[in-house]
Amino acid sequence: MATTTAVAPVGVSPAAPGPAGQKGRWYEGATAHVVLIAILLVALYPIVYMIGTSFKAPDEILNNFNVLPREFSPGNYPLGWVGIPDITFGTFFLNSAVIAIGVVVGNVVACSLAAFAFARLKFPLRGFWFAIMIGTLLLPHHVLIVPQYVLFNSLEWIDTPLPMIVPKFLATEAFFVFLMVQFMRGIPRSLDEAAEIDGCGPYRRFFFVVLPLTKPALVTTAVFSFIWTWNDFFTQLVYLNRTPHFTVPIGLRLFLDSSGQNAIAPMFAMSVLSLVPVFLFFLVFQRLIVDGINTSGIKG
Amino acid sequence: MVDTAERQAPPTGPRTGAGVRPGRRKEAIAGYVFLSPWLLGLFGITLLPMLYSLYLSFTDYDLLQDPEWVGAENYVRMFTDDPRFWNSVGTTLLFAVTSVPLKLAVALGVALLLYRNRRGVGLYRSLYYVPSLLGGSVAIAIVWQTLFGGQGAINGLLAVFGITGRAWINDPAFALGTLVILAAWQFGAPMVIFLAGLKQIPAEMFEAAALDGAGRFTQFWHVTLPLLSPVLFFNVVLETIAGFQGFTAAFVISGGTGGPADSTLLYTVYLYLRGFGDFQMGYASAMAWVFLIALGIITAFVFRSGSLWVHYADEGDR
Repeated sequence: MATTTAVAPVGVSPAAPGPAGQKGRWYEGATAHVVLIAILLVALYPIVYMIGTSFKAPDEILNNFNVLPREFSPGNYPLGWVGIPDITFGTFFLNSAVIAIGVVVGNVVACSLAAFAFARLKFPLRGFWFAIMIGTLLLPHHVLIVPQYVLFNSLEWIDTPLPMIVPKFLATEAFFVFLMVQFMRGIPRSLDEAAEIDGCGPYRRFFFVVLPLTKPALVTTAVFSFIWTWNDFFTQLVYLNRTPHFTVPIGLRLFLDSSGQNAIAPMFAMSVLSLVPVFLFFLVFQRLIVDGINTSGIKG
Repeated sequence: MVDTAERQAPPTGPRTGAGVRPGRRKEAIAGYVFLSPWLLGLFGITLLPMLYSLYLSFTDYDLLQDPEWVGAENYVRMFTDDPRFWNSVGTTLLFAVTSVPLKLAVALGVALLLYRNRRGVGLYRSLYYVPSLLGGSVAIAIVWQTLFGGQGAINGLLAVFGITGRAWINDPAFALGTLVILAAWQFGAPMVIFLAGLKQIPAEMFEAAALDGAGRFTQFWHVTLPLLSPVLFFNVVLETIAGFQGFTAAFVISGGTGGPADSTLLYTVYLYLRGFGDFQMGYASAMAWVFLIALGIITAFVFRSGSLWVHYADEGDR
């Protein structure tokens, strides 16, 4: 879609000194910051509340609305970890990790192959296939879930990570193909032309010239693949049926359905843990993630 | 729309060059080699399953017995004899029509505030983005269920002001509202896009407007908003598509039912319940096709409307 074009330069204005013409009076700036901080408090409250509640004693949950616990109870974490009979959250984390890593590898490998073809090689029907690829970008995945389920069911892949991972090795995540095509187009063509003159065929040009220069797009793809897969619920809900194969989100849901009010704190503890990997990724790749939205319109 | 330049070039390019460069054929073969995983996925995982689901939509199929052809019965039943279907259509429309504008209004408001006050922009930007990052997860849905429950923190807060709350998520009149708030809470992603768009507006535009005596609101209506309209359009498209596909929060908060009283039965939730709750694969497929066509029409409508209100600066590339 019109990603980069949407924020394309509307005239160059180097180091524009703010919405000029009106140097804000000091109290306007101060007011704005007060408003911004107030909004920030509201925006972060649910997250802080989640973390605070995960350390509250059970009897505090329903009568202490403060963010901070009156009595610090880290015991909710081990309680939650074994909160579902016969299984620990360790299993769920392991299952989630397997799927997330598989998806990351699949997306990076398959999407870069397809993107190189679209961005750098001339072949018959290229424009046609490209248009179709853009078309699949808008396809809601709920439309495909039934026939894909029937397909994977007949392959006996239900209750395995395969329905989540294998399609990614076939570059079905068109968004990342598109992202990489856009990126590869920005790499100077003279580089692979030089390599071509030196006798490099398309395969070597891909591996030794274009791929190394595509690294930022590959990292973006890997980071977002991980975060989206880790947070994904719908696909995993459909394809995973038995508790030992559950991932973290499905395990959390099971927790929610199977436990009463007094399990809220342990459940919150597991909710916090479930978000830790995503949050770590955010801390490490913060710039890339937030700037990635600018340049490509990735949503969270 | 993205590929215009690229698409025009290769096929209409001079065919005469074919003889000159012997590497051409090799390159064409390489092109298909690189494209082969994608092509396999396109046909195996996308197009053929789509066709199969079109076929299934005219059948009765429960996964155990072979599909039984029933003609248009699924569609007829859906449109004439299934109040829950129409209810889910209404719920989804109501959700999209309220959550998308609310979310974008908050995003634009905060972006304008941030833009005027450059100090600490980076930090604010990252922190505001956190809800967008985590908001789609089951964990946050669980938090929401507790926050808006009968004895949740929202009611605790209201009690401070002497207001007696209610179990918001259990009340059919308010349950969808809590989902709208959850969606709007994730305003960080469109805000970042707005912020980037604002930075592209040349300062001279504001200077000129200020010299002409335009006040803040006049400037906003006549300078900022028109120049920002391509970015606004982009956000409207993205958020509309996302708004119609919400699933996780509605499903988790309602305990997998779309309740109370079907008040959070979004289209996707109903599709899931028909397909994977009752194993009515034929009916679910018919719903999927109706969804696809409806989304196509809505997207086309949004793009159409864009030509009325989106202002592109005359920069020569349009």
